[in-house]
Amino acid sequence: MLLELKGVHAGYGATRVLHGIDFAMGERSISALLGANGAGKTTTLRAICGMVRTQGEIRFGGEDIRHRKTEDIARLGIAHVPDGRGTFLHLTTEENLRLGAYARKDKPAVARDLERVYGYFPRLYERRRQQAGTLSGGEQQMLAVSRALMLAPKLMLLDEPSFGLAPLVVRELFGILRTINAEAGVGMLLVEQNAAMALELADQGCVIETGRVVLSGSAKDLKQDDAVRRSYLGY
Amino acid sequence: MDALLHQVLAGLATGGIYASLALALVMIYQATHLVNFAQGELAMFTTYIAWSLINAGMPYWAAFFLTVAIAFVLGVVIERVVIRPVERAPVLAVVVVFIALLLIFNSVTGWIYTYTIKQFPSPFPEQPILGRYLSSHEAGAIGVTLVVLALLYAFFRFTPLGLAMRAAAQNPESSRLVGIRVGWMLALGWGLAAAIGSVAGMMVAPIVYLDPNMMGGVLLYAFAAALVGGIDNPWGAVAGGFLVGVLENVLGAFVIGNELKLSVALVIIVGVLLVKPSGFFGRVQVTRV
Repeated sequence: MLLELKGVHAGYGATRVLHGIDFAMGERSISALLGANGAGKTTTLRAICGMVRTQGEIRFGGEDIRHRKTEDIARLGIAHVPDGRGTFLHLTTEENLRLGAYARKDKPAVARDLERVYGYFPRLYERRRQQAGTLSGGEQQMLAVSRALMLAPKLMLLDEPSFGLAPLVVRELFGILRTINAEAGVGMLLVEQNAAMALELADQGCVIETGRVVLSGSAKDLKQDDAVRRSYLGY
Repeated sequence: MDALLHQVLAGLATGGIYASLALALVMIYQATHLVNFAQGELAMFTTYIAWSLINAGMPYWAAFFLTVAIAFVLGVVIERVVIRPVERAPVLAVVVVFIALLLIFNSVTGWIYTYTIKQFPSPFPEQPILGRYLSSHEAGAIGVTLVVLALLYAFFRFTPLGLAMRAAAQNPESSRLVGIRVGWMLALGWGLAAAIGSVAGMMVAPIVYLDPNMMGGVLLYAFAAALVGGIDNPWGAVAGGFLVGVLENVLGAFVIGNELKLSVALVIIVGVLLVKPSGFFGRVQVTRV
């Protein structure tokens, strides 16, 4: 298993958000986390990265990472594309990408990955010397995904990559995510409001309600599940 | 005219020193949004270390570089030991810690070295250069300032560590997500600021002489410089430093007299805060509510 969560509780201060999340995903797979606003999807991702106080068990490649610091978790190969994209707005596009590879020591491979990322997103190459804050929303989302890729991660956590993007841009982005998964074997855990798109991309998924996993299964089964269809696919 | 030129050049020399210390203030401010009131006393204390080393027979430049290294380590240690525990404390608590550091360094220095004013040597030769306009120490101080600025620029602009420090100051959360150890970046920032401060101290000491209160005035000018430039802008702080140095000298010599020189800094501080609180090169922070 690439990632395993067992009975994960988490919250902010006195507010409990997660009440025992159980979830697992395999190497090279794509998983979707579905759920309404406030269900705890983002908090689940933050718990994996050690950004909130958690109880329970979080294993990455078999190793318990719950007590590790965020920066050490990143160095293990988990790249988080956070809610709001986490762009370094006052740095240039290329500086953002170089920061993505900050923890890596293999310079030739970093240079190759930079080429590869520019290959996926030629727009970023055109804007490499531009301040990241001046990029459009779509370009910033591409930059956030690219910055995560520069870590050469085993697992990417994507928090609403489609948020605020035009449908065409979303389609392009998801296409590239699929390519990245197929070419580089990067596992992906995807949080999405856009359940139809997410289940299209993912191999498997689970539905979170008020901090608990209420349903999980293959993407195909979830798409056909009546409750999921009514609540999240809207038909 | 001659006299004016002389005052402007001398102003640039002290201005460079203010610029260095202002830069140290800005570095800490960018990372923590706090003004380190102890920056001046830290510089003063490390200048005393240089004095001890030189008195023990060490050649000037060896003592200079060793002092810069000691100041760097001291800055890092202070951040790790004293500042880190109050990282999440309310702003006032941290300010109190800064003021405590100021008093501690001031008193400890007085206790070790006494309050008697001491001479501090200049590494530059006696005779003036540029005719009679600029003493060679003043010219040397300008040169040293420019070298420090160039090194800092190169460090922050061209090295991965410098980039990581800028990133950590701007966006700590995203920095952690790419594996940057943000806590250490802060400590490094303190180390660098203390090192820059020690250079400023060693450059100003031959002019104002060495005593535990020597940096009080300098820190005030540095505050004024940082504010003129916009407290979040390193280039502004440098420009502000030179500007304040020249203004102080020219106004002191021709307009208000030497006794009232320090009030120039105060007038600048109040004036900037009233008219343009973000400084002349600073970024205006707009928050949507």
